[in-house]
Amino acid sequence: MRIKWVECAALSVMAALSVMTGGGSWFLALALGVTLLKCLLIPTYHSTDFEVHRNWLAITHSLPISQWYYEATSEWTLDYPPFFAWFEYALSHVAKYFDQEMLNVHNLNYSSSRTLLFQRFSVIFTDALFVYAVHECCKCVDGKKACKELTEKPKFILSVLLLWNFGLLIVDHIHFQYNGFLFGLMLLSIARLFQKRHMEGAFLFAVLLHFKHIYLYVAPAYGIYLLRSYCFTANKPEPAASSLFPTLPFQEGPLSCILGSKLLGCVQCFGQSALRHRLLSVGKAGDASIFLILSTTGHYSLFPLLFTAPELPIKILLMLLFTIYSISSLKTLFRKEKPLFNWMETFYLLGLGPLEVFCEFVFPFTSWKLKYPFIPLLLTSVYCAVGITYAWFKLYVSVFTDPPVGKTKKQ
Amino acid sequence: MEKWYLMTAVVLLGLTVRWTVSLNSYSGAGKPPMFGDYEAQRHWQEITFNLPIKQWYFNSSDNNLQYWGLDYPPLTAYHSLLCAYVAQFINPDWIALHSSRGYESQAHKLFMRATVLIADLLIYIPAVVLHCCCLKEISTKKKIANALCILLYPGLILIDYGHFQYNSVSLGLALWGVLGVSCDWDLLGSLAFCLAVNYKQMELYHSLPFFCFLLGKCFKKGLKGKGFVLFVKLAGTVVASFTLCWLPFFTERAQALQVLRRLFPVDRGLFEDKVANIWCSVSVFLKIKDILPHHVQIIVSFCLTLLSLLPACVKLTLQPSPKGFRFTLVSCALSFFLFSFQVHEKSILLVSLPVCLVLSEIPFMSTWFLLVSTFSMLPLLLKDDLLMPSVVTTMAFFIACATSFSIFEKTSEEELRLKSFSVSVRKHLPRFTFLPRIIQHLFIISVITMVLLTLMTVTLDPPQKLPDLFSVLISTELTSANPPLLLRKTGPELTSVPIFLYFICGTPTTAWCAKRCHVRTQDSNWQTPGRQSRTYT
Repeated sequence: MRIKWVECAALSVMAALSVMTGGGSWFLALALGVTLLKCLLIPTYHSTDFEVHRNWLAITHSLPISQWYYEATSEWTLDYPPFFAWFEYALSHVAKYFDQEMLNVHNLNYSSSRTLLFQRFSVIFTDALFVYAVHECCKCVDGKKACKELTEKPKFILSVLLLWNFGLLIVDHIHFQYNGFLFGLMLLSIARLFQKRHMEGAFLFAVLLHFKHIYLYVAPAYGIYLLRSYCFTANKPEPAASSLFPTLPFQEGPLSCILGSKLLGCVQCFGQSALRHRLLSVGKAGDASIFLILSTTGHYSLFPLLFTAPELPIKILLMLLFTIYSISSLKTLFRKEKPLFNWMETFYLLGLGPLEVFCEFVFPFTSWKLKYPFIPLLLTSVYCAVGITYAWFKLYVSVFTDPPVGKTKKQ
Repeated sequence: MEKWYLMTAVVLLGLTVRWTVSLNSYSGAGKPPMFGDYEAQRHWQEITFNLPIKQWYFNSSDNNLQYWGLDYPPLTAYHSLLCAYVAQFINPDWIALHSSRGYESQAHKLFMRATVLIADLLIYIPAVVLHCCCLKEISTKKKIANALCILLYPGLILIDYGHFQYNSVSLGLALWGVLGVSCDWDLLGSLAFCLAVNYKQMELYHSLPFFCFLLGKCFKKGLKGKGFVLFVKLAGTVVASFTLCWLPFFTERAQALQVLRRLFPVDRGLFEDKVANIWCSVSVFLKIKDILPHHVQIIVSFCLTLLSLLPACVKLTLQPSPKGFRFTLVSCALSFFLFSFQVHEKSILLVSLPVCLVLSEIPFMSTWFLLVSTFSMLPLLLKDDLLMPSVVTTMAFFIACATSFSIFEKTSEEELRLKSFSVSVRKHLPRFTFLPRIIQHLFIISVITMVLLTLMTVTLDPPQKLPDLFSVLISTELTSANPPLLLRKTGPELTSVPIFLYFICGTPTTAWCAKRCHVRTQDSNWQTPGRQSRTYT
């Protein structure tokens, strides 16, 4: 009975929100729509990360703080910074109403239906921060031309690309992770930087680092950007400062730097790193092209994460949906400028199709499957690495060769 | 079309929703000995693959008709045979005669779900896309929004991909038929519709509008000239398609008769289980099944059905138009659903398809009806453990319609198409200007009632004296919501006034009466062997 009450409560909240969309707010409709899709993904496959987070709920709930980073009953020890531990602690106080058993440290691989429901709902609800952050980011994006057509407005395209991001849906709501609200924090801090609220942006980023230390990858970019645009601004040039930062293109804004450093550091998070580039993508055609190569390749590189048969149609359909929409909408947005891709890039992206067909549908029926089972993984990794490295080079070239943009807000 | 990518995105989204719903449970999962519709479909693959055609519809030691005997026309059987060939290639255990009874596995479930998706992708979805692209006088954006709403209609998704059926095949073929005759490809359209009828006999609900529309076209072209030629060609097409489908069963008279007996089991009574039509709702107060003898029930049902659909059909014959055709489809299907014999809850899909086709013309009413139609199948869906997908897809559909059509802003008399009705009433009652407001309030009451009933059904147990209380209330909810649609479709005020009165009184009093009258709605006829969870459509 309890599980039904919880389901009903959660769905009633969403029902109330959906009635509000009758008022015609497209942003709310997009946000609710993707939330409903996330609910439909609840019964899909989940990885060991599910057990990781269940274990952390158990550790933070059952043990004193002094034991949190020593507890090793399960192999999945707590290896995120303290704020995340506090986050799990807070969640555990809700979890106890779903299923007390999941909070037992010794219940390894415990995954009752109530546990599953709680975990999935916790990811879906914490995504609210991500939705808010996207809303704030959209405010920073001005349409240069007045567009009557909603689907051609940069705000609309950006909202879809962010809210309906394939990588987030696959990694958070199938594989199981909590990247949504973390990216929300990051997007919010970037939005604050765009809005010249540097202290808030810096604070939010500091908070983010204490949730997940992998964001250290972008810390240099943040640090240098803040130094340059807040501490040593162009209006009051300090001789020492200007000699320290003579040629770095930080007028471009925080995003290029963040993306560059992210790419340098992060080999696995390609699909996720494309997120930051979305904000740039609706500003300039050249950036849009880089973004599309990066995101398409990055998303495809996530395919090996979902290797189960029932999820195969989902990952292909969602990938096609996102890719076709992102390429076509950005092409429409920049139709008056040069084409987004040259022939080489077009061939490369189209090559993803045959690659997928080979890895998923042809290879399993060949004799190599038993002897060399790693071949699909190898091919996927190498093919995607080519695209991502190319996108990185192209980004750096564009950052160094494009004229600096005066006002970052216009981007 | 421009913005083709948006239409592609809509189709991909529709497919994604379908597949994610299919990850959930199906009818009769893990419930021996009878299981459910999923097992029925698997069993038909077994029968059609292993036995010769002559034995498909007959009772024998190899084919026990009490255990999910074939009761759809031959095209379903051929489709099952096709799926069986694929099943045989992948894993013969899935369709081995006798030993595969009750076979359940993750791989088999994937296969069965995939067959539904492929059939949908090949037949129903292209028809929907083409219908939306052919809509006149609306912008590309509205066409795409229309496609999104139709593809997100929860009822069909939940029944086909949740409960497990192949309604998308018959409805898709019927939709091709509608497209064909609307675009003046009459022969192709009637061929498609004949195939639909030969896939599921319930498509006969749509047959009268097709007949009247095509007859009207023949009259218009002149019965002595082109009209007569068209009539002959159409008759020839119908005869040819039926002959082709039934050819293996024409070898012996007994064969054809047996198939007909399986398709139309008139012995099963006025209604079965809880269905949202007039008979089930009225039986809460008046036990018609006990009062009227069987043959009288058939006659009464026939007369009322005919009475309610005649005006619209006559009008369509005299003034054939694609728009009138679509509205008449709604009207006739609804008449059959409300008044006909042996109607099952899934038959509401036959009404929902035409309503989807008029979604762009009266968005408010259509959305309301489609929401309630999904809700009316809730008892069935709950039995299949599909609460979460039901609620989620219903909300998604509501959001899509509300955002695409701004339904709450389009509730004037003109937009609700109730102007002629209101004008004629105002001749007698000059102050009758409040109809739109009534309808808006009724919509809100209806939604609140649906939400409350869902919560109650899921969290509470019904009182012991009234074990079917919630199912009956749900059925009544749908019946009460139907009349506004009938109001404009039937045309003459003669038939609409009593229905309107029923509508006004229906919702609040039924709930009160059900409790007061201590009525048990169980019926011994419903426990016939082989029919427990097997609903007809």
